[in-house]
Amino acid sequence: MNPDLLQFSPGAYLAPAVDWLNKNFHPFFDAVTKLIEAVLGAIETTLLYPPPYATIVIAVLLTAFLVSVRVSVVTAIALAFCLLAGFWTASMQTLALVTVAVIISVAIAFPLGVLASRYRKFEAAIRPVLDIMQTVPPWVYLIPAVMIFSLGRVPAIIATIVYGIPPMLRLTTLAFNQVPKDLLELGHATGASPRSILFKIEIPSATPTLLVGLNQCILLSLAMVVLAGLVGAGGLGAEVTRGLTRMEMGLGLRAGLSIVAVAILLDRVSRGVLQRQQAPGAAKPA
Amino acid sequence: MNTAMNDPAEVLVDCQSVWKIFGSRAQAAVKAISERGLSKKQVLQDFDCVVGVSDASLQVHRGEIFCIMGLSGSGKSTLIRLLNRLIEPSLGKITVKGKEIARLNAAELRAMRSRNIGMVFQSVALLPNRTVLENAGFGLEVRGVAKDERNRTAHAALEKVGLGDWTARYPRELSGGMQQRVGLARALAADPEIILMDEPFSALDPLIRRQLQDEFRQLTKSLGKSAVFITHDLEEAIRIGDRIAIMKDGVIVQVGTAEEIVTKPADDYVSDFVAGISRIHLVKAHSVMRPVAEFKAAEPHCDVNVLLRTSPEADIAALIDLTMQSDRDAISVVENGAVIGVVTIRGLLRGVAGTPTAA
Repeated sequence: MNPDLLQFSPGAYLAPAVDWLNKNFHPFFDAVTKLIEAVLGAIETTLLYPPPYATIVIAVLLTAFLVSVRVSVVTAIALAFCLLAGFWTASMQTLALVTVAVIISVAIAFPLGVLASRYRKFEAAIRPVLDIMQTVPPWVYLIPAVMIFSLGRVPAIIATIVYGIPPMLRLTTLAFNQVPKDLLELGHATGASPRSILFKIEIPSATPTLLVGLNQCILLSLAMVVLAGLVGAGGLGAEVTRGLTRMEMGLGLRAGLSIVAVAILLDRVSRGVLQRQQAPGAAKPA
Repeated sequence: MNTAMNDPAEVLVDCQSVWKIFGSRAQAAVKAISERGLSKKQVLQDFDCVVGVSDASLQVHRGEIFCIMGLSGSGKSTLIRLLNRLIEPSLGKITVKGKEIARLNAAELRAMRSRNIGMVFQSVALLPNRTVLENAGFGLEVRGVAKDERNRTAHAALEKVGLGDWTARYPRELSGGMQQRVGLARALAADPEIILMDEPFSALDPLIRRQLQDEFRQLTKSLGKSAVFITHDLEEAIRIGDRIAIMKDGVIVQVGTAEEIVTKPADDYVSDFVAGISRIHLVKAHSVMRPVAEFKAAEPHCDVNVLLRTSPEADIAALIDLTMQSDRDAISVVENGAVIGVVTIRGLLRGVAGTPTAA
């Protein structure tokens, strides 16, 4: 018997499916592409419009007021490093990509995560999907994304969103399952509407865990956005890819360290917000 | 004080033969109970369902503090949650302010919970991210009361429980007793007629607990509220309650005033509970006195009219005081100007010890 007959080749089924999607949904994908490009362009322009030192000063002031002085120092160092390494534009492009990807990931993952915490069956149904999404090597996502959206920033964003959804979704479900039962009972006994219970009890109680999810989502998205340099996403990922293909050690290393700087920046800022949330008494004078 | 408008006979909460059965086959079990009158044990055997509350009937009148006393697992927490439909009854009828709550739709039920029935929890359930003032105003906030008015009402409620100076603090900055005061203030701020108290003071240390018990009773009475108070502590029930229901295994074993429960326990279970309770403030003259005729027969030379006099409602502590002042060993009990009985030292000792009275 020929073992080749038993070989499983999902590509043979996927390729026609992608072709069919391309043929029939082209206007839709086109619209998605345009929308994402527009939002990305707007964020990039905002970040790159002022001179770099102005952007750094604004970012430092914002973090000092909204998060903490310590985080603002980290922000200053990280952004200054990106500027001095000569990757200011690339860094801002990467930040814009991460921002857009995270916003969309959260917009999809948050409601699904809430649903999963409300309905056990829904959670059981999506759990294997999430497992697959998290265990498939991330650059595999790039293939279908490129097949549908061709090269550029949009497939990178799409792949990043897919990669960023599972941690946010799982932690949203966990956060909502962890809301103390007595607080929910309080809501019901007080005659609060489901909407009030969601906004006044559940979300405030779930916030610390939700912020952990957001932190995870941001860092994984950054990793994916860098990887997406392979498909022409631009930004720091493109610089790393260039260093790799031209065997330019210095370029690759500088780009790599800039990625670390951006990662530390994103991590500390999101974590700083989290820590502020956990100490409400300290935030306002009692 | 609005006691004038309170009609003590008005029934605010009325439970009639209420059952709550937990388990996957609860429906079938309910059917079997209503058709064949199965017992708790049979329900567990035949349907693998646990009976939480079994055939409970009770009435709470306006202005009354009604205590439900039982050990853990007796179904008291289930019963109190049936009163505001946090748990749906399996069988039976619960009427609050003349409305059958099982028939209310979601919005009507929310309105009733928001306006008529407050609740205070053992775990307090304060929202950690809100200040004391915001917590106290929570009920009003979900009702949609404007912020200024809400804060004013919440502040007034906090003043009532003695926390007027703590409004800007966060719950974690408060001691357990103070947190529970905030819980009470939150319930009072919404100005409900009925307050459900689910073991509110159980987690507090004894001294604070006593203080809160007295304050709660005094506050509830002065505001003219009704309360259903759950506790596992009979002494607490006696201190607080106008009437007490004793629950065991989901069944209400006895309902009565503290004196009725202490002096006439319905069964061995209740008498075991009552055994350790101090009677000197509970047992009244009318239940330890001997009828005049019997006393005269035993002590023919003693004239009941020269004895010190007291009313039938005098408790044993007062009777002991009177006996100490008197040069005789007996006190006459007088009602409407006539001597209706005599309390002797023997009678007092019987009352303190709790052995059944001879009369």
